[in-house]
Amino acid sequence: MTALQHVKLGTYYVVHLPEADDFDFWRERARALVQCDVPPDRIAWVEPGGSGDLFAHGERRMPVPPMDAKPVRANRRFVSLAKNTILHSDPERFALLYRLLWRLQSNPRMMEDKADLDVRRVEELDKNVRRDSHKMHAFVRFRLVESEDEEVGEHYVAWFEPEHHILRANAGFFMRRFSNMRWSILTPRGSLHWDTETMSEGPPAERHDAPGGDPMEDLWRTYYASIFNPARLKIGAMLKEMPKKYWKNMPEAALIPDLIAGAQGREAKMVEKGALEFEERPDTLEAIDKAIHGCRKCPIGQLDNHAVMGEGPQDASLMIVGEQPGDQEDQIGRPFVGPAGQLLDAHLEKVGIDRRAAYVTNAVKHFKYVQRGKRRLHQNPGAKEIDTCRWWIESEREIVKPKLVLAMGASAARSVLGKTVSITKVRGAPIALEDGSELWVTAHPSYLLRLEGPAREEQARLFDADLAAVRQRLEELA
Amino acid sequence: MAAQTVLQKLEILADAAKYDASCASSGTAKKNSLGGRGIGSTEGMGICHAYAPDGRCISLLKILLTNHCVFDCHYCVNRKSSNVARARFTPQEVVDLTLAFYRRNYIEGLFLSSGIVKNSNHTMEQIVEVARILREEHDFRGYIHLKTIPEADPEIVHQAGLYADRVSINVELPTDSGLTRLAPDKDARQIEGAMGKVKSDLVEAKDARKRFKHAPRFAPAGQSTQMIVGADAATDADIVGKASRLYDNFRLRRVYYSAFSPIPDASAVLPLKRPPLIREHRLYQSDWLMRFYGYKPTDVMQATEADGNLPLDIDPKLAWALKFREAFPVDVNRASKEQLLRVPGLGVKAVGKILASRRHRALRLDDVALLTQSITKVRPFIVTVDWRPITLTDRADLRSLLAPRTEQLELFAA
Repeated sequence: MTALQHVKLGTYYVVHLPEADDFDFWRERARALVQCDVPPDRIAWVEPGGSGDLFAHGERRMPVPPMDAKPVRANRRFVSLAKNTILHSDPERFALLYRLLWRLQSNPRMMEDKADLDVRRVEELDKNVRRDSHKMHAFVRFRLVESEDEEVGEHYVAWFEPEHHILRANAGFFMRRFSNMRWSILTPRGSLHWDTETMSEGPPAERHDAPGGDPMEDLWRTYYASIFNPARLKIGAMLKEMPKKYWKNMPEAALIPDLIAGAQGREAKMVEKGALEFEERPDTLEAIDKAIHGCRKCPIGQLDNHAVMGEGPQDASLMIVGEQPGDQEDQIGRPFVGPAGQLLDAHLEKVGIDRRAAYVTNAVKHFKYVQRGKRRLHQNPGAKEIDTCRWWIESEREIVKPKLVLAMGASAARSVLGKTVSITKVRGAPIALEDGSELWVTAHPSYLLRLEGPAREEQARLFDADLAAVRQRLEELA
Repeated sequence: MAAQTVLQKLEILADAAKYDASCASSGTAKKNSLGGRGIGSTEGMGICHAYAPDGRCISLLKILLTNHCVFDCHYCVNRKSSNVARARFTPQEVVDLTLAFYRRNYIEGLFLSSGIVKNSNHTMEQIVEVARILREEHDFRGYIHLKTIPEADPEIVHQAGLYADRVSINVELPTDSGLTRLAPDKDARQIEGAMGKVKSDLVEAKDARKRFKHAPRFAPAGQSTQMIVGADAATDADIVGKASRLYDNFRLRRVYYSAFSPIPDASAVLPLKRPPLIREHRLYQSDWLMRFYGYKPTDVMQATEADGNLPLDIDPKLAWALKFREAFPVDVNRASKEQLLRVPGLGVKAVGKILASRRHRALRLDDVALLTQSITKVRPFIVTVDWRPITLTDRADLRSLLAPRTEQLELFAA
């Protein structure tokens, strides 16, 4: 007796599924139909609400497989694909899966043939469903409903519009994640309710059944708007992963048009606020001299003052760096001509360094001061101002290429090193610089000017010792 | 000044965290809140809960505990000498925000970093305290990524690993000289020392779990790091070399690249122009080649141009193929998996499909077209039953034929 004897030749079968996502029901019917050798084109699969008009007169009673029917074979890959594909909203999915199951009986390894059109189609549907599930995990937004009833407590309710029949299949995910929270997910295809102990299913819902807002959303929107970097706008990349169809149920998405529109302005502001639009590095000392007079990159440049350029031979092997011009330097336009400069000259002469052979300059090119009546009181430059001015001193170093740089004071040391160091810790020994030259650090002569008595003598001695070491080192380097 | 509200702090401290490229929340131990007191789960795969207009995924609440900092790193907007607005969360505020966001399904968990306040140990203790409250007081079982401070006491860093799914320490810059210049307060040896310690903690914890089922987990999602690209003179070859050494020496899960971005209140030491974003993308592509395609760092370095950088107009795989044309064409019906993975335009998935399908049929060009994204890219490099590119790989203008015609704008879907 062959299987065909159990089916009426030429009969169409109509299978009505009780639920759109009922895999077990489909499997049971499909198995029987395969065992009765019913070809795919003789079956109409109808889901609830779907139309079975084409086969309105088809046979609704299932054929009974013969006792000796061969078991239906399907590998694991097929079963896992089928379970997921059933959730798709394409009405053709049941027929497609049946056709594959049918073909698997004669070619058990067919699922490996990725170029086969049926295999490709089912993999595509599977991918759509997995994506929809993933987006549900991601884009469901709960809103808190505080109940008047103390006993009931907090209840989190979300509205979501899945594209496929994925609601029931994803209940477990939300249950495992929010076990100790009372929540409901409402969708047009049905609803889920979890009360921290049991899961229940409810009828389809409408959007107005869900709460319209949550006070936390202001914070969330603030976070969303702040965490993105307007300097790297990539709208296409965003849309690819978060298509517009999801936007209407995500509170943060309403911000997107304004964020995009404002991004360029925000980036420009970021750049303007800090990025210093330096031109090419000047390559002559004259060019630096000219440029520093027009430099307004920090607040000191905005004061009523002149820039003071370094001076000395362009091939000097020693570069002496001070802090910044003072009142007199600013007026005369030359470095180290005021009281500190005179003191420096005296000490240099004492240890035998020829100032005229050195290139003498300052870390900061403009005089920083506060006006007190007629007097302009010296102010220390801030770290940011020193760092901004590094542009110029680095340009000078590049042109003069000294073998040894003597930085006097913490500001000068910072402008060469890029970090603040303690004078007492680093003085008296060379620090190797990236360009192969070496840095020596000592106190600033104006520091000596502020001291009196034995303290001043002590500091003067240390200053001389540093200068003497520098002189000796210069001879070694020569 | 009136006390800042949580909203104002969030605005400042999220804004300050936007330069951190890391966003992953995947690859950790599976856990869920069934049978617990709290909420939270991780199921292996991370979830991107939203995407920002910069194309990057939002998976975690990524914030700084504070943007006050005693360090003065030039590339960093939070450095001491910067004039940005400052704010500071208490650990409890971060905990409350994390839980409130998590309950509404906005996030997978928390990524907490911080400027250094007072000193490294104090800061690290505060970071650990946030994780402790979340885990111990609220039984939170979501994802936690903690940024650790290399100078902090190894004991405190170890604590961080016991609470967190992932810990990371930024190497910041690809070369030691770059680090010395741009992050004068940081020390390359200290950073690598801290990574080495985390690695040995990871190995030890894994080992203990083999013997005792209830041995504590230590950062099950491993450690990662981030490098800033384009702030110093390091070439792509330098960067790839550094990344591969880090992968090898410290068993990192990921090395993130962050193209140096204009920051408000930038330091004058920084480069004049920001690097093209595409450079960051090319580095991620080469990272991908090494992690999933069997490329060695030397392969990637060979794909660079004379200046040591990867070409910007074509991807590194194509760049390699154009330099080693003798390796092509590859017969899709006979070639090994390794050979197929070298074909520009064939991804890991496409190669898998080709290998599976060719057991059933001799593949024709049309079949391959069905299995790949774009047959045009692949065609010059393969042989099928009905196709053989006779002279194409010898053509001098092959590059211009394959390079995108206009400048590619949409780059990197993080």
